[in-house]
Amino acid sequence: MKQDGLTATRGETMQENIFKINDKEYILPGSRACQGCGLTLAYRYLLKALRENTILTIPASCLCVLHGLYPITPVTVPCLNTTFASTAASASGIAAGLTALNKSDITVVAMAGDGSTYDMGIQSLSGAAERNTDFIFICYDNEGYMNTGTQRSSATPLGAITTTTPINTKQDQKKDFVRIMEAHDLPYLATTCPAYPIDLYEKFVKAKRIKGTRYMHIYSPCPPGWMYPTKDTIRIGKLAVETGMVILYEIEDGRLRLTGRSKTLAGRGKRQPIIHYVERQGRFKKMSIEQLNTLQAWVDRRWDEYVRRAEG
Amino acid sequence: MSNVQIITGNEAAAVGVKLCDPRVVAAYPITPQSSLAEILSRYVEGGELKAEYVRVEGEHSALTVCISASTVGARVFTATSSNGLLYMHEQLHWAAGSRLPIVMCCVNRGVGAPWSIFNDQQDSVAQRDTGWIQMYCRDNQEIIDTIIQAYRIAEQVYIPVMVCYDGFVLSHTMMPVDIPDHEQVLKFLPPYKPHTILSPEDPRTINSVLFPGRRENPEGVLCDGYMEMRYKLQAAFEKARAVITETNAAFASSFGRDHGGLIWTYMTDDAELVMTGMGSIAAEAIAAADMLRNEGIKAGVVGIRVFRPFPTDDVIQAFERAQAILTFEKAISYGYEGALCSDLKAAFYGTGIHAPVHNYVAGLGGRDVKPRELAEAGRNALAMLDVRTMKNETRWLNCYTG
Repeated sequence: MKQDGLTATRGETMQENIFKINDKEYILPGSRACQGCGLTLAYRYLLKALRENTILTIPASCLCVLHGLYPITPVTVPCLNTTFASTAASASGIAAGLTALNKSDITVVAMAGDGSTYDMGIQSLSGAAERNTDFIFICYDNEGYMNTGTQRSSATPLGAITTTTPINTKQDQKKDFVRIMEAHDLPYLATTCPAYPIDLYEKFVKAKRIKGTRYMHIYSPCPPGWMYPTKDTIRIGKLAVETGMVILYEIEDGRLRLTGRSKTLAGRGKRQPIIHYVERQGRFKKMSIEQLNTLQAWVDRRWDEYVRRAEG
Repeated sequence: MSNVQIITGNEAAAVGVKLCDPRVVAAYPITPQSSLAEILSRYVEGGELKAEYVRVEGEHSALTVCISASTVGARVFTATSSNGLLYMHEQLHWAAGSRLPIVMCCVNRGVGAPWSIFNDQQDSVAQRDTGWIQMYCRDNQEIIDTIIQAYRIAEQVYIPVMVCYDGFVLSHTMMPVDIPDHEQVLKFLPPYKPHTILSPEDPRTINSVLFPGRRENPEGVLCDGYMEMRYKLQAAFEKARAVITETNAAFASSFGRDHGGLIWTYMTDDAELVMTGMGSIAAEAIAAADMLRNEGIKAGVVGIRVFRPFPTDDVIQAFERAQAILTFEKAISYGYEGALCSDLKAAFYGTGIHAPVHNYVAGLGGRDVKPRELAEAGRNALAMLDVRTMKNETRWLNCYTG
């Protein structure tokens, strides 16, 4: 692929362009992830951005399943499995070990789902972030315990059916976890979504260059858990952003900046109502009108706040 | 030239760790371990120990940091007590399953509820089946020497080692300790060679999911399944007995101190009454044996230095001539008896040893136990010999049982 030539002919708009993405693949065919998996797409692009000199650590998760059954893995990046509560502590150990052995040029990455980020892993993540451990923590947020069969997590949105909220749906709002991470005053923090691979790729390229604890939040649509057709992963991801359910932004040295579609939406676009996102997913089929209105109000309030912060 | 200093057990442990040059230390403070964590941070901040010190937010993370740092190739150390050890429980299994030669001190303390900061051994004995080698120390000299031996043992058999010593009784009690020479320690302890290294130069996924059966790799080679890996851990434990004995012998010839390999004995050759235990209570039984000898009772002591792997052959030999056996244990397996008592009786099964084994639970939550009380239990055991009682009954020493 002649990347430079293409970039040169198309000028400035090429800033965000598929042709500048590293064309090497770090996930080989044969992954055990589900069809239409948002995580797999995100993983493919973030590994391209992080490149070779990377060590990963992951807990029990969908990602662990994606890595395959011993002794075969489709992933070509070194990876250490760890227990559910300990992802960030494991990264701390890798970082400390590498520093002690004078191998500090390696990018250390911990990657966990929302279950082991929002819930059981919050302690070790907060500890590692407070120590400004030199690593990237990635949360792929598929809004539930998907690997164990779609149970409720604190990332599950209001009104969603899960296998542990099967009749009444989830009665509580999703925890705004990114704000908890923001409170750790990190050098870099970003939200992204695999429906926008360029946005995702560029944020990881940037994160790799920064030292200290970097927190990356990937909103990761999940066909079996959210109950939508596997072909719709990108559409669902885009609708999440178009409705403001998900806001794409980054915070660097305390300055918040909207990015990608969220930025253009804030500037001259028109957010779609949340119903456009909700109606396409089976998990919301029992959502009441009251819940829908509450969710819309929650999204609106959050959206206004982030737009205001980005302007200020 | 000897370098004798009068120091506490925790100071002895810290010096022992420093002599072994770990590259990563991670610890979370808990009484009575705290001063060990503090002294090590002073060593690191003062440049005396060239290591990364990770001041984690809990014990689960402390051991996780050690696991991951050990996997990238660093020698590591951590220490804890009581509820801290219980909080690590999941990672204890993970460390052993990963076959990492981590060395940890457990400064033995009773576990809650209700709270006790004082000594017993329920914390480490409850971790018996996690796949760690467990070594128990009698005194502060043994703490420093056992830590040095522990690294050499762990790095030969790829099993983590828990060096246990009694909280306050040793951790906060000052004793003269001969500090080994650093150069001599490095000669005794070769550099750490990891069995698998986590590195971009040779990328692999470590500890991934296994299905029940064995499975071929892409080259068609049939690889271990979960059960084969578990068998190999057990086989390594079987091998560890000889490694521990050999390491103790090598240590004795280098440093002139022999703490016993898997067990130590005191006047057992002609003993009719043999008392046994782990850690400082076994050392106290020596004073009890001396009292009984003065009365003309042939008493001896067997100290269980290594609880896992269990020193089966050694105890059969050591208790061969005993007429009565007493175990003093600072822990109990609720609903049965002391774990050491059960293990001893199992070891004796099918051998010629038919002596009654009396189980005493003692010193829980720091309850004081004096040598004369151990001696009294010994006299009672001998008195009962006449009535030939073999009844399993656990007695609680110095405890009001209504």
